[in-house]
Amino acid sequence: MAATVVPTASPSQAAKPDLRFKRLDITMKRHQYRPDALIEVLHVAQEVFGFLEAEVLAYVAHGLKLPPSKVYGVATFYHLFSLKPLGVHSCVVCMGTACYVKGSSQILEGLQAELAIQSGETTADGQVSLTVARCLGACGIAPAVVLDGEVLGKLDPVAAIARVQALQQQAQS
Amino acid sequence: MELQTLQNIASNERARQKSVRIYCCTSTGCRAAAALEIIETLEGAIHQRHLQDQVEVVGVGCMGFCGRGPLVQVDPDNLLYQEVVPDQAASIIAALQGGEAQPQRGNVHHPFFTRQMPVVREYSGKIDPERIEEYIAVGGYQSLYRTIYEMTPAQVVEEISRSGLRGRGGGGYPTGLKWATVAKMPGGQKYVICNGDEGDPGAFMDRSILESDPHLVLEGMAIAGYAVGANHGYIYVRAEYPLAIDRLQKGIQQAKRYGLLGSQIFDSPFDFKIDIRIGAGAFVCGEETALIHSIEGGRGNPVPRPPYPAERGLYQCPTLINNVETLANITAIIRNGAAWYAGIGTETSKGTKIFALTGKICNNGLIEVPMGITLREIVEEMGGGVPGGEVKAIQTGGPSGGCIPKTLLDTPVDYDSLRQVGSIMGSGGMVVMDQSTSMVEIAQFYMDFCREETCGKCVPCRTGTVQLYALLTKLLERQATPADLAQLEALCAMVRDTSLCGLGQTAPNPVLSTLKYFREEYEALLVEPQYHPHPPGAANQPVSALGSVPDSMLEGA
Repeated sequence: MAATVVPTASPSQAAKPDLRFKRLDITMKRHQYRPDALIEVLHVAQEVFGFLEAEVLAYVAHGLKLPPSKVYGVATFYHLFSLKPLGVHSCVVCMGTACYVKGSSQILEGLQAELAIQSGETTADGQVSLTVARCLGACGIAPAVVLDGEVLGKLDPVAAIARVQALQQQAQS
Repeated sequence: MELQTLQNIASNERARQKSVRIYCCTSTGCRAAAALEIIETLEGAIHQRHLQDQVEVVGVGCMGFCGRGPLVQVDPDNLLYQEVVPDQAASIIAALQGGEAQPQRGNVHHPFFTRQMPVVREYSGKIDPERIEEYIAVGGYQSLYRTIYEMTPAQVVEEISRSGLRGRGGGGYPTGLKWATVAKMPGGQKYVICNGDEGDPGAFMDRSILESDPHLVLEGMAIAGYAVGANHGYIYVRAEYPLAIDRLQKGIQQAKRYGLLGSQIFDSPFDFKIDIRIGAGAFVCGEETALIHSIEGGRGNPVPRPPYPAERGLYQCPTLINNVETLANITAIIRNGAAWYAGIGTETSKGTKIFALTGKICNNGLIEVPMGITLREIVEEMGGGVPGGEVKAIQTGGPSGGCIPKTLLDTPVDYDSLRQVGSIMGSGGMVVMDQSTSMVEIAQFYMDFCREETCGKCVPCRTGTVQLYALLTKLLERQATPADLAQLEALCAMVRDTSLCGLGQTAPNPVLSTLKYFREEYEALLVEPQYHPHPPGAANQPVSALGSVPDSMLEGA
């Protein structure tokens, strides 16, 4: 984190109170501002803000009385935390062994070509983020893809692309 | 609460249950195939036919036969319907009154079911995981009562030791010994941690246990807490398992309300509370010291052992860490006795183990089998073999394990036999591969996994996995020479021998085991060295493999 932007006043006192920071406050208070609640707080922060921007990390560091370096270190260590904005829709391709053996890499390649992005990226219009998961534990229905939290099983590249296209069309209409 | 109260809850619940119960699987796999819609349809059909007083639909946990989901089972007729679609569901109710059921009938007499021996999964798929009363009705929490009122902590530890139970997370360390070490530590604050960070790709038994029977694990943890003198437990669950987290939260709340967790359990002086900690996507957190750091809110970096967590673990206090499946075995051992448990399995590996049978196999899903069963029995009899093909290899143990070729299918499945053939039991993933799978690609796949998941703390693992991946990529691009293959082997040994934690120490296993059994596949990819061993530009790299790999791959992304 280059700049340690610690908000001087708590957002509730700011001109326009940001309810999202309020939720962070509530979470931190529930954990009694204990530094070991960092991961719990970051989970909530990501849920509320969509991703972990520098300002949010600084706010959490301030609240839990942790050095910003530690907060940044934890936020970058875990795959689930994103420091970049994510798309409106999320598309997660499972690349666990069972899915891999049943052809999930072809699904991933198909989606990458269709969306013209690599895994870990978001389309230019900010609609779809494509990521890979290490195993969703849904091996019985391999290969699996999660679209906006909905697990889809026994897919092939054509079906997967069709589902993503449907999402994109929804967004346009 | 007293024992009588517990028994009253159980008998009330049994009286409440309708004579015909229709079980519908609501685990992750079946949910993905419209299981919730099926429940709605079934309930609608029951109302339509005015059968509410005799028939009920129960959303249950995993029935095991995940590949053919969604599954619906009718009790007491023991009828199994598979691949049910919502439109056909109503006919299942019609069939109760003599109609014809449309969905495909499952064969419950298939070896897939008959060869199983459910101990942990005894009530999976038979009780509603979101209602503690159903768990109590099948004898739940009575083992906890017995330990608190009829046994001393030392007796509990002794019982677990005699049962011969070994850690189900992969290591196979004797559970009783671990408990005894923590119990022996001087009094004061101690912790019990349940390791539910099931990271091995291809393994989902812990998810299934937590989703299907969460109280089994909670009760096991409380018994462990009583035995070692801990009053606080943590369950660390992957964030990828939202349903398991949700059911655990509900389970803990319900148990607290009945006084089965929290302060003065069963009106005894024993207190035990359980908190959930949610992971954030890091495979290395399955390693116990890394997991402890993660619970403490830090980066999941492992530290050298000793001191072991049993001595100095969470918040520097003595800590017992057990895997989900290990803890799920505890209540059965207390209920049926150590001698019963020790009678199952082989000389050195007691009890049953749950495997996730996946990949190129006809019947995929979860199976619980006694230790010592052979791979052939699992794959050919229970799994029904490979659809339209032949088994080439079986991968066990995930990224820490190895590939077992079909010539060794008669290997019995226990900790020591699997180790002898160069693989490990691991957490119980079993991925079947056929001729279409290239073993070098599989080795590369796992190395890619380890390369991404290394925590970066120790050099052999951080850079070794990247170099191994680069060498495997070079092989697959048909640019590797015999010298590269020799280097691959040397580097495997180096990473294995010098890494700090289990992740690095076992990362070369998939390469080593495929090299051992499928060396010809590696050799077929080799090319003769070029006349100019150092082409201009890419020359003089310390590791020659670097030349063919784009820079983006080397950053460890």
